[in-house]
Amino acid sequence: MAADHSHSNVSHDSHGDAAAHEHTHPDWGTYKWVALILAAITALEVWIYYIPSFTATKLFVPVLLALSAIKFTIVVMFYMHLKYDAKLFRALFVAPLVLASFIIVGLLFLFGHLKVSF
Amino acid sequence: MATAAIDTHDTHAGHPPTSTGLNNTKVAIWAFIGSECFFFASLISTYLIYRGRSLVGPFPHEAWTDPATGHVYKAILNIPVTSVSTFVLLMSSLAMVLAHSAVVRGDRKSSKIWLASTALLGATFLGFQAYEFTSFVHEGLTIHTNLFGSSFFILTGFHGAHVTAGVIWLLTLLFIDMKRGLTPDEAINVDVCALYWHFVDVVWIAIFTLVYLIK
Repeated sequence: MAADHSHSNVSHDSHGDAAAHEHTHPDWGTYKWVALILAAITALEVWIYYIPSFTATKLFVPVLLALSAIKFTIVVMFYMHLKYDAKLFRALFVAPLVLASFIIVGLLFLFGHLKVSF
Repeated sequence: MATAAIDTHDTHAGHPPTSTGLNNTKVAIWAFIGSECFFFASLISTYLIYRGRSLVGPFPHEAWTDPATGHVYKAILNIPVTSVSTFVLLMSSLAMVLAHSAVVRGDRKSSKIWLASTALLGATFLGFQAYEFTSFVHEGLTIHTNLFGSSFFILTGFHGAHVTAGVIWLLTLLFIDMKRGLTPDEAINVDVCALYWHFVDVVWIAIFTLVYLIK
């Protein structure tokens, strides 16, 4: 069932990793482990949701956000191959993602959902 | 130097020479996905801003009694059902990478199986969403009911529309694969579809936490 389609004859040029794009992808074993980890984290998230003593603490939201961020990163890195692809693709995705995240946080401050006390 | 890069890609990447040395289709889908980040950021921020500001129920995580009628509305979100649909969408991403892998290897039988599996799992997710929307309406929550209803249906509805577009895209690829077969040279067509599909998946990862799990 091995599905490794890495090309060992990929040459690197003056564009750094540009030549390596689209070629070096994970194999079936990696995909399987990624799926298992994603399923396990999802189960953990739902389990946490049903622990009243934990949902009442200040840790509840940060832990859920962290778990969600881990899942997000794993999918982007391994399934979307951003870990292996050209830097331009990374920039095209990460730059808007970071800017969009700042916009969300900024709007939440603006509408009083987040407060900073000095 | 640029010529050397172009020559390298012409030989190894299987696409015409480009100024970046990268496949233009793939650059385009990543640029599109980048723009989609802003689209979903606007919908998610709208949901978060309106969170907890509904004057009347039903509410997402707590019961509400209508003072006019005395009718008790239970918490509207069904976490067990949504957890299953989230799992289904995550597994569809696994099927998608296996479909892409099969096309790259030229394994036509596997590519058909995994493309069909991805489309089926995506359709199953849509079925769960249709069930959820229908049950919400029956329980008294519509897009007009309150701020939660408006922002919830807009956010999850647009995500569902993206999943629908993805399922249609997958079925189109499956049709082509069944009709004449997708060759390894055409793997880029499956790759861009896969990138779109995984993006829809990561958006749902964010929605599941922000809308369903955080009380």
